Amino acid sequence: MELYKLTAHELHKLLSEKKISSLEITESIYGRIEKLDKNINSYITLAKESALQQARKADKKISAGGKIGPLSGIPVSIKDVISTKNIKTTCGSRMLENYIPIFDATVIEKFKRENTVILGKTNMDEFAMGSSTENSAYGACRNPWDTSTIPGGSSGGSAACVAADLAIMSLGSDTGGSVRQPASMCGVVGLKPTYGRVSRYGLLAFASSLDQIGTFTKDVEDTAILLNIIAGHDPLDSTSVAKEVPDYTKSLKNDAKKLKIGVPKEYFAEGIHQEVKKSIQNAVETFKKLGAEIMEISLPHTEYAVATFYIIAPAEASSNLARYVGVNFGHRTRDKGIGNIVDMYEKTRDEGFGNEVKRRIMLGTYALSSGYYEAYYLKASKVRTLIKKDFDEAFHKCDVILTPVSPTPAFKIGEKISDPLQMYLSDIFTIPINLAGLPAISIPCGFSNKGLPIGLQIIGKPFDEEKILQTAYTFEQNTEFHKKKPKID
Amino acid sequence: MTYEPIIGLEIHSELATATKLFCSCPTKFGAPANSQVCPICMGHPGTLPVVNEKAVEYMVRTALALNCKIAEITTFDRKNYYYPDLPKNYQVSQQYHPFGKDGFLEIKTGNGAKRIGLDNIHLEEDAGKNVHPEGKSVSFVDINRAGIPLVEIVTKPDLRDVEEVEIFMNDLRNILLYTGVSDCKMQEGSLRFEANISVRERGQNYMPPRVEIKNLNSFKIVLSAVKHEIGRQMKMLEKKETVLRETRLWDDEKQITRPMRSKEEAHDYRYFPEPDLPPLFISQEEIEKIKKELPELPNARKERFAVDYGLTEYDSNLLTSSKEMADFFEESLKVFNQLHPVRNSPDIASGRTISNGAKEIANWLIGPVTRYLNEHNISIKETKLTPELLVGITTYVHEGIINQNTAKNILPEILEKGKSPEELIKEKGLTQVTDEGEISRAVDKVLQANQQAVKDFQNGKTETLGFLVGQVMKITKGKANPKIAGELIKKGLKNL
Repeated sequence: MELYKLTAHELHKLLSEKKISSLEITESIYGRIEKLDKNINSYITLAKESALQQARKADKKISAGGKIGPLSGIPVSIKDVISTKNIKTTCGSRMLENYIPIFDATVIEKFKRENTVILGKTNMDEFAMGSSTENSAYGACRNPWDTSTIPGGSSGGSAACVAADLAIMSLGSDTGGSVRQPASMCGVVGLKPTYGRVSRYGLLAFASSLDQIGTFTKDVEDTAILLNIIAGHDPLDSTSVAKEVPDYTKSLKNDAKKLKIGVPKEYFAEGIHQEVKKSIQNAVETFKKLGAEIMEISLPHTEYAVATFYIIAPAEASSNLARYVGVNFGHRTRDKGIGNIVDMYEKTRDEGFGNEVKRRIMLGTYALSSGYYEAYYLKASKVRTLIKKDFDEAFHKCDVILTPVSPTPAFKIGEKISDPLQMYLSDIFTIPINLAGLPAISIPCGFSNKGLPIGLQIIGKPFDEEKILQTAYTFEQNTEFHKKKPKID
Repeated sequence: MTYEPIIGLEIHSELATATKLFCSCPTKFGAPANSQVCPICMGHPGTLPVVNEKAVEYMVRTALALNCKIAEITTFDRKNYYYPDLPKNYQVSQQYHPFGKDGFLEIKTGNGAKRIGLDNIHLEEDAGKNVHPEGKSVSFVDINRAGIPLVEIVTKPDLRDVEEVEIFMNDLRNILLYTGVSDCKMQEGSLRFEANISVRERGQNYMPPRVEIKNLNSFKIVLSAVKHEIGRQMKMLEKKETVLRETRLWDDEKQITRPMRSKEEAHDYRYFPEPDLPPLFISQEEIEKIKKELPELPNARKERFAVDYGLTEYDSNLLTSSKEMADFFEESLKVFNQLHPVRNSPDIASGRTISNGAKEIANWLIGPVTRYLNEHNISIKETKLTPELLVGITTYVHEGIINQNTAKNILPEILEKGKSPEELIKEKGLTQVTDEGEISRAVDKVLQANQQAVKDFQNGKTETLGFLVGQVMKITKGKANPKIAGELIKKGLKNL
């Protein structure tokens, strides 16, 4: 049996019935990684030894006859932006090339309690800045559907490895679309939960007010299972919300009747790829046939979202990344010509950071500088409030909102890397959701003429992941897109 | 032309919480380098701050004690600057919505009461320490102090001279001690000052550019620096030179202020709201609760001491100038009253019970005890003196078992070793001699040995009596009852 192909809920059933072992699953995946990942480059670091140990531990529990959790013994991968004790955490950067954390992120602790197997750390745009996973100090990641194209980003490694069956599921992070956009481009399910739903403790910060840990899975059921494990208030994260966590698997109902779906006209404007537009329209039709009520809505401040994001995110990043100076951890220049501490900082940062990171640090530093703060950061914060209000008003009328995830399917490696503005615009449909702090999911809803996946974005009310999951599950149960796999063998 | 200095202070005081502001590391002073650290206060990637509730309570307490308007919603901001002792290279502080605003502290100056306005008080985290071992080309960073909560108190430019600065600093320190929010140990860096100084022609009301002086680590240094800087600016104005807005450092060796290098000064802190900490709501009930638990403040206590115990303003002032001393006084009085209920008499005028013991105990504390503490530069808590021991001394003196002098002589041993006066009296055979026979033998000897003094006395120089009594005390090793000795000398002189 090709165990690596299965979902977590399928594997869990087999494990519980003692038909397979976690060690077998884990080894089958490592076998596949060793064979195929040289073409994809979805992993930066593999943690085989500790993974096999964890798998054996899970197997012991199973053979002892105890009831096991839904993710016990399930091999997952982790975006290299999440702190893993004793496992190198590079954030895709030269700066943290040899950084081995001394503590686990809260989500990792939860996995360990569950005996979930951590396969390794996945490739990403440096410090989660990018939309193509080309800005990685460890080489670009490739899209399993066409290795000449990008997998999306910044969590490209996580999306690619789930799509290529190099992990059963994966955790990523989403600041402006970094989970949903690569999920869409790699044809997997990607959820960004509500800001505050999942602890950020141990997530290396890019833009703290926007960052949220998200999930990559092969189907919606796995998303619900994974969210059940990672959601919840964390006393170590003051921005995590003390709200009860429902059992998300209860939302897996194939039912679109009474569902009120809003479709914002601003998301189908110029610049959107015709094939993407068509796929989304088809998805809307599907829901209509399933009995949902479709309505056109307006989110009038959408056009300001990208500009707003590119003030707030770099501003926060410029401060968050200030700690990388070679004093307490991470890279320090070996240049012998350094005369003083400031030179040491400058040289260390020059060597340690890539171009996109430097660009955003400069943008953010500028936006916060005295005399500019009011015109940029403060103004952007106000626009952010307006964007949030747009959604609040829309949600008076509808339960969920359907939009495209990305204006185009995966583009070629190198195509946009020298045009930052074009690259930034590929997050135009995902950024507003981060600014508003809302939950949203990307699910497969079609393919381009060249056979590249296209994703549908379902946006929900704050903390209403249940409605998104129900909507996504209903679509999945009535379509076949999620069943198609890339041919990489 | 006469000039008027305009002075404002910025005070940093470490809050006396057991753990740090954003993590649970201990805050004890003097621990081995980097022994009180964790990923959070070391700023490791991915860590997040969680506000210490005790620090919030202490801030509200401070704001109340300093008559501030307390913010209903207070927020944190990041102050961005690069320095090796600042692990995140930003300091979590408060720029836009501090805990308290528009407070004041009323000080008593030679010209009466004066309100010193407080612009704001806010909470922030302390930095670590850079360590530069002598003779080595490396530097180290000690993170132990990083993340300890600090209250920053910013005054309005309401102070006008060095004397006011001194009174203000003392009063403020006292309030922080009284409210228990800080231990205010300057030598451990838990109380630090910066001064903003400018000088203008008297009678004008324009605000000249201010000079900020950093690195002021003791009351004495603050006063020296302020004095020096006022003088420097006055001289410049007299020479028609322009004083520029700048930051200067106090050079304690040369006793001057010197300009900071421009690199040290050029800061744009790029403040922005700390996204890792949501706004903090402080409810009216919480404020009321903390208000109720607020201890009596120095000024109120001073007044109460004067009224309740019939002490002079001078005595009350001295006793309440430190909380420890004032507490010690009141505890001693309690012991005294239990021991000597009859020596309490109602004051007819006020109807209050004014303790006779109050003056006695106050005199001991203000006099010999304080002198000893000052000489040894310690606080009363650091001695072995207890209220019981102090009351013991006053009792022995009152009952004539030892005289005042003997008592003063044995005081250091009581302070240092905690021995009871009873024990010491026995040990040293110090019981006061009241036996007239023994004293008069000593008087005879003294009168014989000091013919000149005797002559002087007979010629009307009555002050020599004191000298003669002293001689008698010397011969009796201080044990003679001085009153009896005096009478016997007078009698002896008459009989000569």
